[in-house]
Amino acid sequence: MKTAHSCCCRAAFDALRSGRNGVSSQDCGKISGCYTTARDETRAGGAGNGDLRDQPHRSSLLIVFPDQGDRSCSQFRVDEAAKKVLPAPGIQPVPSQFDTIGVEAALRIKDKQPDTVITVLSLGPDSFRDTIKHCLAMGADEGVHINDPAVNGADHWATAEVLAAAIKKLEPFDLIIAGRQAVDWDMGIVGSTIAEILGIPVVTIAKDIQHNDGRVTVERVLLDGFETVEAPTPAVVTVSNELGEPRYPQLRQIMMAAKKEVKPWTLGDIGISAPEKRITLEALFVPETKVETEFIEGDTPQEKGEKLATRLREAKLI
Amino acid sequence: MASGTLVIGESTEDGKLNPVVPELIGIGSRLGGPVTVALLGSGVEGVAQEAGAFGASKVFVIDDAILKDYQGDSYVPIAERIAKEVNPAVILMGQTMMGRDLAPRLAQRLGTAVAMDCVNFEMQGDKLIAERPCYGGSARARYTINGMPQIATVRAKAQEPAERDDSREAEVVKQPAGVGEGDVRTRIVERRKEKAEGVRLEDAKVVVSGGRGLGGPEGFKPLEEMADVLGGAVGASRAVCDLGWYPVANQVGLTGKVVTPDLYIAVGISGASQHMAGISSVKNIVAINKDPDASIFKSSRWAVVGDWKEIVSGFTEKVRQLKASG
Ligand SMILES: Cc1cc2nc3c(=O)[nH]c(=O)nc-3n(C[C@H](O)[C@H](O)[C@H](O)COP(=O)(O)OP(=O)(O)OC[C@H]3O[C@@H](n4cnc5c(N)ncnc54)[C@H](O)[C@@H]3O)c2cc1C
Repeated sequence: MKTAHSCCCRAAFDALRSGRNGVSSQDCGKISGCYTTARDETRAGGAGNGDLRDQPHRSSLLIVFPDQGDRSCSQFRVDEAAKKVLPAPGIQPVPSQFDTIGVEAALRIKDKQPDTVITVLSLGPDSFRDTIKHCLAMGADEGVHINDPAVNGADHWATAEVLAAAIKKLEPFDLIIAGRQAVDWDMGIVGSTIAEILGIPVVTIAKDIQHNDGRVTVERVLLDGFETVEAPTPAVVTVSNELGEPRYPQLRQIMMAAKKEVKPWTLGDIGISAPEKRITLEALFVPETKVETEFIEGDTPQEKGEKLATRLREAKLI
Repeated sequence: MASGTLVIGESTEDGKLNPVVPELIGIGSRLGGPVTVALLGSGVEGVAQEAGAFGASKVFVIDDAILKDYQGDSYVPIAERIAKEVNPAVILMGQTMMGRDLAPRLAQRLGTAVAMDCVNFEMQGDKLIAERPCYGGSARARYTINGMPQIATVRAKAQEPAERDDSREAEVVKQPAGVGEGDVRTRIVERRKEKAEGVRLEDAKVVVSGGRGLGGPEGFKPLEEMADVLGGAVGASRAVCDLGWYPVANQVGLTGKVVTPDLYIAVGISGASQHMAGISSVKNIVAINKDPDASIFKSSRWAVVGDWKEIVSGFTEKVRQLKASG
């Protein structure tokens, strides 16, 4: 069984974007001058999609890409021989929290600028389609699902290279929003790597994103506080859980999402071959920890508390 | 041939050597080969010899006002330049605000890979084996990097620091930054400190943390009192930070702070693996939880089952008495 947990292949990406067909960046106003690429045929085709683009005043184009993991990571077992983590029976992979937070960040921008188009771009096996659908139900406009056996088990760099190539095909865009880190495997690498490949600025660990006139203003989470950073767009922003709870799709949105398109892409559609892996997982195991636990007994909670203090004093810890 | 270790060092805001640097030098020395340290910042020249005392044979100092605050656009090209000049087999940096941002970008510039947030290292021939916790700390993964140099960021306090020996001296090489304002596309508009009062979580000998079991933000009052009596600091689970009961700056865990007190007291915290990731090197954990099957008990040296309120009040009172009687 190929599970969604096979190492690093689980990058699901959301893309946010806008821009009418054939409109140059100048016309759009909010799109940086160097991103004048007109949309290619792949994008122009497709009913729902074409409709969106043909409406006037679609300006800012944002891309979000999440990474899928399972939230119930306390319930799993490790197959050391296969170097895989297997989910407990009945656990379905759901979008990882940081990634739906990425979609939430994009939607907050769209709340203020309703003409924003949000595209979800994702790389992963068949099950990822559901993840994209979930993002569409949250309010994203369209999805692109790169699903190619050649990149099954891709590492972060292969993932970033494929996504960057796909993003180039989706240009122009204003923002790429990435989840901060997948629940387990993404080490917070993919967003920054894409920015490096595309040669655009990156701002990491955002708790708030404001997007205005070719600039993005990001509030970043530091270890002891916050920092506000400004960057010209297009830019990559990676988001953090401090952004807040992602919204939950309403029934009406779930029904509307059924009509939204998820385009299936292969590497051939993007025009690249599978990038080489740069990192090798040599071993996966559960470390042994043995702790002798002493339960503190007492007739009342009060007494237990007092006894605890006495024990800690005996252990010279207080 | 690539050899030795390059440590990308950093200083603290008050101009001292960041405590993670001696840890990185220690790892580099154990891996074998010379350890070179690169210090980037403003006013960092003063700590160059300190890096030498911890065992660096050579220290690059890039001291420029433009490097006062970490910004990827200024730091990445300098790190890239030094990495190419030194040609190390291994590059190490802390899993700090700088390391988290810098390491992946540097890896891409050098066409190599990075293993983030590692806790253990080993060298087999010229291959670095980097071990990192995953699945919220309940599993460990070992990686090798296929190309050179092999980059890793290191979790603070995961490894012993190198011994300080002030008789050692490093060769200090000063270099200009070579980047100007025009190269930095991002701009820091504002920086706000959410300074927790009293003892810093990271430095505290005792940490008392509260979770959702406290029932509300007011539950932190008795915990603060308890921490006060113990001379410790207050931490929190992510659940309560997300709920806004306690400042995010106090969050302990995978996406919060890693703490290493002698004593950690978890009150109303279930013990999710992501929380435990923040206290993985703490030996003495006390858990107070009403659920006898709470998973936090599995890692606890002492366990108290029951409603936290009275347990905590009984405890704090008793500690006061004990402290008063010496
Ligand atoms: C990617 C990712 C990263 C994460 N990072 C972190 C992180 O950095 N830090 C972190 O803490 N979490 C993190 N989490 C969240 C983590 O999975 C848990 O959800 C969280 O730690 C739970 O917090 P809690 O223990 O306070 O709440 P709960 O799990 O709800 O536990 C509350 C506990 O209180 C007990 N209780 C209830 N009432 C009482 C009472 N009256 N007296 C005594 N005990 C009582 C209950 O028995 C229970 O055990 C992360 C999750 C993900 C997916």
